[in-house]
Amino acid sequence: MRFVSCALAAAYLLSGTSVVWAQEKKNTPELVVAAAADLSTALQEIARNYEEKTSVKVKLSLGASGALTQQIQNGAPFDLFFSADMDYPRQLIGAGQADGASLYQYAVGKLVLWVPADSRLDVERQGMNALLDPSVKKIAVANPQHAPYGRAAVAALQHYGLYDRIADRLVLGENVSQAAQFVESGNAQAGFVALAHALAPGMQGKGKYWQVPAEAYPALAQGVVVLANSPHKKEAAEFVEYVKTKEAADVLRKYGFTVPE
Amino acid sequence: MTIDWQAFQLTLQLAVTVSAILLLIALPTAYWIAFSRWRWKFLVEAVVALPIVLPPTVLGFYVLVALGPRSPLGRWWISLTGHTLAFTFSGLVIGSILYSLPFAVQPLAASFASVDRKLMAASATLGASPLRTFFRVIVPLSIPGLITAVALSFAHTMGEFGVVLMVGGNIPGVTRTVSIDIYDRVQVSDYAGANGTALVLLAFCFAVLAIVYGLNRKALALGPIK
Repeated sequence: MRFVSCALAAAYLLSGTSVVWAQEKKNTPELVVAAAADLSTALQEIARNYEEKTSVKVKLSLGASGALTQQIQNGAPFDLFFSADMDYPRQLIGAGQADGASLYQYAVGKLVLWVPADSRLDVERQGMNALLDPSVKKIAVANPQHAPYGRAAVAALQHYGLYDRIADRLVLGENVSQAAQFVESGNAQAGFVALAHALAPGMQGKGKYWQVPAEAYPALAQGVVVLANSPHKKEAAEFVEYVKTKEAADVLRKYGFTVPE
Repeated sequence: MTIDWQAFQLTLQLAVTVSAILLLIALPTAYWIAFSRWRWKFLVEAVVALPIVLPPTVLGFYVLVALGPRSPLGRWWISLTGHTLAFTFSGLVIGSILYSLPFAVQPLAASFASVDRKLMAASATLGASPLRTFFRVIVPLSIPGLITAVALSFAHTMGEFGVVLMVGGNIPGVTRTVSIDIYDRVQVSDYAGANGTALVLLAFCFAVLAIVYGLNRKALALGPIK
């Protein structure tokens, strides 16, 4: 018993010292960034490049834009917010939780209909109509309640007059990455994901996709804002400036985003 | 503010189904754990206890991938039922059974093990088969453990979240349970709705547990006299 309490006390002391140690090391600030799920690969690569250049560490927290907005409204300690739309950042600016002057549209996201590589659906040729195939039992979309890609998918289905016919086959992912995962694991036969997912290195060769034409859904213009709670506003603004450079824009383009020239 | 009663009905249905199936699984498993003299028994006990330690995400991951259509086991299930485990009520039932297994087995095993061996021996000398001894001696003397096992499996399934979030796909009436409904409401800042739903769930679960522990007290009082 005494041994156990001694060990616990030692562990406690050790954990205490490591906290102090970590704080001392924090001379180079660390940015904590909330980012829409479609940015997983692109922003990770941008953050890595930035870290090499400036030694500023950028940590990503990925999720559905609506879910992240919710966390920010309740005081989550993020410095920056990369949304998958413009509405959530504006909502935060309206509530005084983000700096309105910092709002910048960094990219336009693309919606694709994605099926596994071994699927017999010829999604590239059939497009939306592939969903009417009887082998399609479940169609994954991001939850339209809090994910912009989910709303885009629903809008596209309505555009083609298919929504009512396939609504009972929709399964909702927590965010667009989970929707992609549902299809990748084979549990859903098709899904609406970000073009960035279809082009991500880990997904190469695993699927076929059809890019949903831009007129079928409201453009996924994506905005970034510096958050009012951030203790590193200057560094956060500098990172946004870096995202505006050609080098960062090229990374976004590589993963299928459209970036204003 | 509206409350999604369909989600309540579904959650209740899930909890009742899971508790009933778990009772059927847990009775023989707990009996074996309580009375087996196999030297490797501790390994089985460890496996049964695993879901307490493992995060629900691990279970959800296995249901999606190891039991998904890309695995032999998943293909077998699909050939049997015509659909995947994910996104279905039966998928949630299987996930929940695994998730709540220790909460059903452990109280039962502890109860069985504490039954006086002399009574079991007496039953045997009077010519009762082991099965008869089990149902006429062991189970009646383990009523408190039985009630606890059922109550815990029920409660644990009512409150399940992680597994459902990972494999459910949020389908109304099929996999959208109360916990998911509350989560969704919080995500879209519908605090009034989340609050109302949470309050109903809180009141209901308190009532169920209070009844169970009330009954348990009675059973404890009656137990030794029987």
